[in-house]
Amino acid sequence: MYSFPILLEATLNGLLTGAVYALVALGLTLVYGVLHIINFAHGAFLTGAMFAVWAAFTFLGVDPYLAIPVLTLAFFALGYATQRFVIGPASHGDDGNILLVTLGLSIVIENGLLAVFRPDTRTIATNYAFDVVEAGPILISQARLFGFAGALVVAALLWLLLARTDTGKAIRAVAKEKLGASLVGIDVRHIYAVTFGLGCATLAVAACLLMPIFYVNPRVGQSFVLVAFTIVVLGGMGSIPGALVGGLFIGVVESLTGLFLGDSLGQIGIFIIFILVLLFRPSGLFGARA
Amino acid sequence: MMLLRAYLPILILLALLAAIPLVVTSNTALNFVVFVLIITLAAQGWNLLGGVGGQFSFGHAAFFGTGAYVSAILQYSYGVNAWAALGAGILSGAALGWIIGFLSFRAGLRGSYFALVTLAFAEVLRILANALPITGGAAGMLLKLNIGFGNLQFTSRGAFLWLALGFVAAGLLISRAIADSRFGAQLVAVRENEDAARALGVDVLAVKLKAITVSGALTAAAGCLYLQYFLYLDATIAYGVWISVEVLLAAMVGGRGLVLGPLVGAFTLHGVGDLTKQVAGGIPGIDLAVYGAVLILVVAFAPGGVLGLIHRLLSGLTRPRPAKEAQ
Amino acid sequence: MLEVKDITMRFGGLVAVGGASISVPQGSIVGLIGPNGAGKTTLFTVIAGFQKPTAGKVCFEGEDITAQPAHVRARLGIARTFQIVQPFAGLNVRENIAVGAYLRHARRADAYALADAVGHRLGLGADLDKPASSLTVAGRKRLELARALATAPKLLLLDEVLAGLNPSEIRDIIPVIHAIRDEGVTILMIEHVMQAVMNLCAHVHVLAQGQMIAQGTPQAVCADPQVIEAYLGKGAAARIQAQGAAHA
Repeated sequence: MYSFPILLEATLNGLLTGAVYALVALGLTLVYGVLHIINFAHGAFLTGAMFAVWAAFTFLGVDPYLAIPVLTLAFFALGYATQRFVIGPASHGDDGNILLVTLGLSIVIENGLLAVFRPDTRTIATNYAFDVVEAGPILISQARLFGFAGALVVAALLWLLLARTDTGKAIRAVAKEKLGASLVGIDVRHIYAVTFGLGCATLAVAACLLMPIFYVNPRVGQSFVLVAFTIVVLGGMGSIPGALVGGLFIGVVESLTGLFLGDSLGQIGIFIIFILVLLFRPSGLFGARA
Repeated sequence: MMLLRAYLPILILLALLAAIPLVVTSNTALNFVVFVLIITLAAQGWNLLGGVGGQFSFGHAAFFGTGAYVSAILQYSYGVNAWAALGAGILSGAALGWIIGFLSFRAGLRGSYFALVTLAFAEVLRILANALPITGGAAGMLLKLNIGFGNLQFTSRGAFLWLALGFVAAGLLISRAIADSRFGAQLVAVRENEDAARALGVDVLAVKLKAITVSGALTAAAGCLYLQYFLYLDATIAYGVWISVEVLLAAMVGGRGLVLGPLVGAFTLHGVGDLTKQVAGGIPGIDLAVYGAVLILVVAFAPGGVLGLIHRLLSGLTRPRPAKEAQ
Repeated sequence: MLEVKDITMRFGGLVAVGGASISVPQGSIVGLIGPNGAGKTTLFTVIAGFQKPTAGKVCFEGEDITAQPAHVRARLGIARTFQIVQPFAGLNVRENIAVGAYLRHARRADAYALADAVGHRLGLGADLDKPASSLTVAGRKRLELARALATAPKLLLLDEVLAGLNPSEIRDIIPVIHAIRDEGVTILMIEHVMQAVMNLCAHVHVLAQGQMIAQGTPQAVCADPQVIEAYLGKGAAARIQAQGAAHA
């Protein structure tokens, strides 16, 4: 059996990783909640954002944390345009088609990045990458704490945006009843694109918070996106608090299964939870029964 | 006459493909055809469930890999004859199909949910195959080279091409027979509108289960052929996302739900992919990027795939889109 | 033939149908009428097996079928049409009807022959090769009816097959329904077009706010004060009576 400090450290590490997972899942759940589609290109967009952070640091010397505002705006615009000009028109409003188009997008983006950046794994070397905070017997990586805090802030901002702004109200209206929303003068296509843009913007933030502690290669998004799907399903499709709690939970599960079963099986716990939830409680553990 | 008209295009295509080893001697070209035929067979499995039945699976690697691994383990660890192992591989694909179908269709999973759950099943199997000793773990499995008809190993690529073609032919005949049967009509009805199908006495769950079982068997057969041709297997090959995507693409690009769709789609796709590779030189991933773009273009502009386009050209009319649009 | 006993259907706190009973004798055309939102379609979905009732029983030919799923009921001989038509949009008209015909015919040739026959009979002969999505509203209603008939039902549940049709289309389809009954198919129909109800149904049940409030001949039911109030609001019956008295 493992000693208490080891378990505690694994749990804490799981929570910190889980926060980043939650951040990736937030965008996915937002898009699902409004467009009622699963965006299979989510992971590829994350990879793209991570490469953008890498390129900004490597070629322009921009610190990842300072890159947040610009990249967030850029990815909002990218997401907006993708939904408005590619996914929307190409899928003719059919859900099955949307699924296929986002799958196609993910293949294009991922392999486009592979063609440009080659399969090499890259990291950025910041001078604070190894700074730690001491908490009793445990050392916690400072960058991972930033990631944790960032996830909470983004979740709070998203929640505020949805609850308090006119755009947020319009988004919620479209999510509930798009026909009704269009009848009262809301431009549904615009709102779809805004939502998709927001989803991508959260990925830009996630990428900036991830890069100081993680690596990037053209396939890196895949490992995150399956985890993010699990979180979204677990937290209830479309639920922002659900994504946050689900993310933290999954982070801990991964960390503990890794501890007990070894790294190569670390993710299997996640997928088994995923399958079980889908089969037995598809509305999520925290969501209302559909 | 009806029968002849339905089967004639199939026979012509098969005859053309069968003639390839007689005129082509280039190993590269023969490798290409064999590989594409294996993809075709796997895609025929996907097409039955996804194209005809409308249940989009994003995890057909689960069947491909299971067929391949079951066959490999039986030969490698238990010395079972290759043909018997092939049969067992196909059966295991059918069984896995039934199990995944039973679990997910009974739970009422459709659309994105079904796509996700199939993807997750394939990933679980990939992680397991990568970690367990029986599958050789991350090192994979290498079958002993032992040429002979009884071992399903051939010196000549042409002979293997005929073997693969035989399987593709069986796949075509099965697909054709299903398309003309009560089961086929009910499966299409389920794709188009489950409630209406139910009202007309269609047992939706049973129809879907039948479809995913046959689908799993066909794709598993492709996995077995892959093993016999390359004699090597690891988790990323057998259960990788690549094969799930390949089979979906082939069926979609050729013409979803159509009997000849997977064959036409697989050749079109790999033809375009190889061309791109030659033009773009050694840039990695460029062929796959083109595949993704082709998928988007097909969904956007040619929902009937290549065969749909040909049909439109031949009839000179624009046929209404098969998607439910006019509602 | 069909006995619906004390069916209650609750959705959360909402009681859509509360203890409704209907009896449909063999060979009859029975009408089910009532104001919008009365629970008529909900009752139909329960009879056809698409939803399990919260309480109550559905018996068909003397057997309790409450636990049977929809496709089994179709095999037993209960066919339904949908109020909002549900064509298989990607298929042509013949293929649509054939799905119904396959229920009792395993061979393709038999199923397609029956589909053609039923199609011609319902006036869809010229449209058999057209995509179902290209049909007009009237055409789709006919298709809905044709598919149901192709299953060779003993009991046909018609959910507003006349809604959305113009008067001449209604005039055309009424004899078709009569003819179906004359061949021995029992019919239970939800209908708002009163002219058709008067013409077709010998017996009518009235559902209002989930409760059966009246039954009898169409004429008797229409004169029932409770029915008038259900449609026109409280006090309406008295007002109409007073007006009638004043005119007399």
